[in-house]
Amino acid sequence: MSYPEFLAEYGGRYIDGALITAAQFILAAALAIVMALIMGLLKLSSNPIAKGVAVVYIEFFRGTSLLVQLFWLFYVLPLFGLTFDKFTTGFVAVGLNLGAYGAELVRGAIQSVPKGQWEASYALSMSPAAQMRRIILPQAFVAMLPPWGNLIIELLKGTALVALIAVSDLMFEARQINGSTYLSAQAFGTALIIYYIFARFLITPFMRWLERVMARRLGRG
Amino acid sequence: MQWSWEFTYEIMPRMLWATLNTLMAAGIGYAIAVVLGLVLALAQRTPYRGLTLVVREVVEFIRSTPLVLQIFFVYYVGPQYGLNLSPWVAGMIAIGLHYASYLSEVYRGGIESVAKGQWEACTALNMTPMKTYFRVIIPQALPPSVAGMGNYLVGIVKDTPMLSVIGVAELMHAANAIGGQNYRYLEPYTIVGVVFLMISLPSAGLIRAFEAWVRRKLGMR
Repeated sequence: MSYPEFLAEYGGRYIDGALITAAQFILAAALAIVMALIMGLLKLSSNPIAKGVAVVYIEFFRGTSLLVQLFWLFYVLPLFGLTFDKFTTGFVAVGLNLGAYGAELVRGAIQSVPKGQWEASYALSMSPAAQMRRIILPQAFVAMLPPWGNLIIELLKGTALVALIAVSDLMFEARQINGSTYLSAQAFGTALIIYYIFARFLITPFMRWLERVMARRLGRG
Repeated sequence: MQWSWEFTYEIMPRMLWATLNTLMAAGIGYAIAVVLGLVLALAQRTPYRGLTLVVREVVEFIRSTPLVLQIFFVYYVGPQYGLNLSPWVAGMIAIGLHYASYLSEVYRGGIESVAKGQWEACTALNMTPMKTYFRVIIPQALPPSVAGMGNYLVGIVKDTPMLSVIGVAELMHAANAIGGQNYRYLEPYTIVGVVFLMISLPSAGLIRAFEAWVRRKLGMR
């Protein structure tokens, strides 16, 4: 079977898989961003309990592997009566894992905002919430965008693991097609290329665009 | 579902053996990555513009596609062309190559951080390029690279569970097997998580200490 014939035969399944991967990616990214923001802020809190929660979350999810967490959520939680479908389990595991890495980026970026900005907003008698929302977070956001670009690519790669709990994503389809055709180079190679297109020609340009837009809105572009 | 200490003790020897395999897999993979990463980094610094572009794109490709898919690719594509690789060999090639692409970026950053005067001094002393790199540049590029290298060493340990998908008998593989035989997943998966935590929690401090030691040994700072 030539490669064009292979694509004509199985292209539709790759598209189905790619759509599931895209859905997993978007949901996991949304969860990771929310968790990163909450836990990053909690880690900076002066309340020892809030700080403790953030430290445990970050160390736990960064210290054990994503695959272990995924299998733990999928095989162990049902034993305690908590059952989620595999699609939900997939993006929740990926989102929680990458959220822990993101929380450290959030913390670092907030701490990198110059001290004068805190003092000036305090002198203008802004409430702590307004100070965070209007002065600190926008500047921290611009500072952490470049490392988030890398993290988001890691997140895309992480979604490939959900195939191992039988979510029918791109990687899952590639394995199925490999199993029925034995055309391994085509089956896995096509999936690799689609992941690469996602990362290099969709996500990376989007992050670069976001960096430019945000820098301009802060008047630094 | 209750945690059973009896079952935990029963499976502990097998889990500890598997941990040794995990550490061995990470060690071999990392050794490949350290050497190959240097080759990839130096290949981007030759005067041949074409070579630089090709290597750059290859590194980007490997970095932005999922490791687990690369493991499948290496393992299954060989036999299609009559080259049979054992799970260990295929796994070490895949994980070594993946981390080589990460480490090449770390080295690149390290090499670029060496002051320009050092290069000029080497030219003035009529040193060969080989001598320039190995006697002057790389020793100075090392300390700024140590932190990144250490992080990826921990990263490779945490990525070894992915090798279980092609049957490398590491920790995750043992946990899957034990879980399947006994219909008990709580203890094996939890032990895997605890082992990874015990490896990664002290790592940040150890990496910092090692970096300080390297700097002292090289007489920097």
